Amino acid sequence: MRVALFLTCVNDTLYPDTGRAVVKLLTRLGVEVDFPMAQTCCGQAHYNTGYRHEAEPLARHFSDVFAEYEAIVTPSGSCGAMVRELYPRMGERARAEGRGDTLAATLAPVVPKTYELTEFLVDVLRVTDVGAYYPHKVTYHPTCHGLRGLGLGDRPRRLLRAVAGLELVELPGADECCGFGGTFALKNSDVSAAMGADKVRNAESTGAEVLCAADNSCLMHIGGTMTRLESGMRPVHIAEILASTKEGPAS
Amino acid sequence: MSGTFVGMPAFPEAAREAVGDRTLRANLRHATHTIRAKRAAAVAEVSDWAQLREAGKRIKDHTLRRLDHYLVQLEEAVTAAGGTVHWAADADEANRIVAALVKETGESDLVKVKSMATQEIGLNEALEAEGIRAYETDLAELIVQLGRDRPSHILVPAIHRNRGEIRDIFAREMSAWGRPAPEGLTDTPAELAEAARLHLREKFLRAKVGISGANFMVAETGTLVVVESEGNGRMCLTLPETLISVVGIEKIVPTWRDLEVFLQTLPRSSTAERMNPYTSTWTGTTDGDGPRTFHLVLLDNGRTDTLADEVGRQALRCIRCSACLNVCPVYERAGGHAYGSVYPGPIGAILSPQLRGTGSEIDASLPYASSLCGACYEVCPVAIDIPEVLVHLRERVVQGGPVTREGNKVVVKPAKGHAAERAAMRAARWAFGRPGALRAGQRLASRTRGLHPRTLPGPGRAWSASRDLPAVPAEPFRDWWQRTNGGTADGTSGEGAAK
Repeated sequence: MRVALFLTCVNDTLYPDTGRAVVKLLTRLGVEVDFPMAQTCCGQAHYNTGYRHEAEPLARHFSDVFAEYEAIVTPSGSCGAMVRELYPRMGERARAEGRGDTLAATLAPVVPKTYELTEFLVDVLRVTDVGAYYPHKVTYHPTCHGLRGLGLGDRPRRLLRAVAGLELVELPGADECCGFGGTFALKNSDVSAAMGADKVRNAESTGAEVLCAADNSCLMHIGGTMTRLESGMRPVHIAEILASTKEGPAS
Repeated sequence: MSGTFVGMPAFPEAAREAVGDRTLRANLRHATHTIRAKRAAAVAEVSDWAQLREAGKRIKDHTLRRLDHYLVQLEEAVTAAGGTVHWAADADEANRIVAALVKETGESDLVKVKSMATQEIGLNEALEAEGIRAYETDLAELIVQLGRDRPSHILVPAIHRNRGEIRDIFAREMSAWGRPAPEGLTDTPAELAEAARLHLREKFLRAKVGISGANFMVAETGTLVVVESEGNGRMCLTLPETLISVVGIEKIVPTWRDLEVFLQTLPRSSTAERMNPYTSTWTGTTDGDGPRTFHLVLLDNGRTDTLADEVGRQALRCIRCSACLNVCPVYERAGGHAYGSVYPGPIGAILSPQLRGTGSEIDASLPYASSLCGACYEVCPVAIDIPEVLVHLRERVVQGGPVTREGNKVVVKPAKGHAAERAAMRAARWAFGRPGALRAGQRLASRTRGLHPRTLPGPGRAWSASRDLPAVPAEPFRDWWQRTNGGTADGTSGEGAAK
């Protein structure tokens, strides 16, 4: 199977390790991975901040780049939800504004074949034990758009439970937002910081060394809060845990 | 005190104080987490909850589509039952109507049962200006009134107060409003409830005029419905000689059968009860029972304008259960007052900027008072997609566009203060439209990474005030991919080829 990796602009720029982990993991599972170099951004930050018209050309660009692939895999619940949940809505809105079906028709092909990483592993590859080894105590934070937008359910936890050496501990208040929320973190920084601090305190109460999630944007906020609060915990993307083996352990 | 909270600062400024108030944060956290867990249990008991939610959504949508028809039907039924219907286009008109009706009775005191519509229009203040004193009789509203405070929650307006604070308010203020609090009042719930009961009983027995809201209005029979926990509402509805009900026009349902759905979903969503303790219904006037005179004031106040907006109109489905407040992480930290309206929390963030427009600083900031986590949509018993409406209203704030105001189609300008953001968004869109430009930016960031400051200037300061920045990697992913031929050249992994 040949899939396109939609890494997201945030991962590409700030978290290349996550991208390398996805390539390593999928290749190990026999998937041929391609990274279309023309990919940029799904347009989520624009859309969610109220700049829908600025997001439209980015969505069109996304569709142009990825339409030819059998499946598109992304290590981000939130960018995955943007494509799957909000691209159809952008098409509907354009139609409601009397701009015809062009946008909807352009975006439609990529919508059903875009998968968040854990969803792709469990639903498409039908694997929960990916042969990983990660000897650490880990707690899992289900990010909002993965949890409620994509409905990832217990897929990430099932994958983590199958990792050799990993001790998974439940995070109190796991379903509560960490306070990132894209531009929310800047526009309402006091509330955002308070939410982040509570998330970190809940994570610390588990005694875990690592907080893992399937979205680096949320991890950027949680991790930045952890170091500021000198918590000693580390944020790690789930892809890096799943890619880790005895021979090639994740750092 | 103004019921409409006009002249409020923007949400982030209003929230800052609450975020720093430890007592308030603890009160809110305790209350919202308790009710949140109870609601989840009460909802889990019902095997057909998803169908009930869908039914509620459809009944409301159907009714809103034919609102003109059902309102006329309601008016006819209320009139036939001996009531009088008044139509109020806005807050001023509604207040004028109510003040005139009260003056006709010759009374200068009246009792009220919790009505968000009257809070929305600032009725108490308007009546006070006419020399009429309105006594709130819902326990939480009483606490708010005695404390010269504002409501901060839809269901529990005094949620921000703990028992100790309530005791102090009762001991200090009750005497100025009527029967004083008993000597040596403690903060046990039973003593506080008894103090309120004695204080209020005196009011109920004296009042000649009552003012109420309604949770529902049944078009087919002209019946109004209030659901409550305390029974104070029933006293207000039955003891006075004149009853004036002020109700938003969206509170209508076509038939009694439709009520069946909401009488299940509302109590479970709001108080986590299987059934609310008191359900009162009243239809016009009846000889020898209840008020001799009944007036229904139907309030528009921005509702038909909201109905004209095809994305935003779903806010009018709201049955004021407050489930969205109790799960909202922003509400939990910011408190209800920061929303600058009688409708706080997620529903307030979409309702207020629609009912009032996005012209004021507070209303332009409310659509951003959310991380779009979606917890509010998940719990909403009438499936209002609050995040969708928030994003829709953000668009209105930053781009302006066509809206309906007082029945006329107008084009609103973008709100002030978004020029720099708009420019940044355009620039980002430009760069993201050109993979080469994005790549150049990434490389620049990587090469200069030793020079990056730990704190950011300008709007970025809001980030670095409380969070560290991630270190920029030495090499963006796409450069690694190309350099290693998809990871194959350096032996790590991968068979894919650079494209």
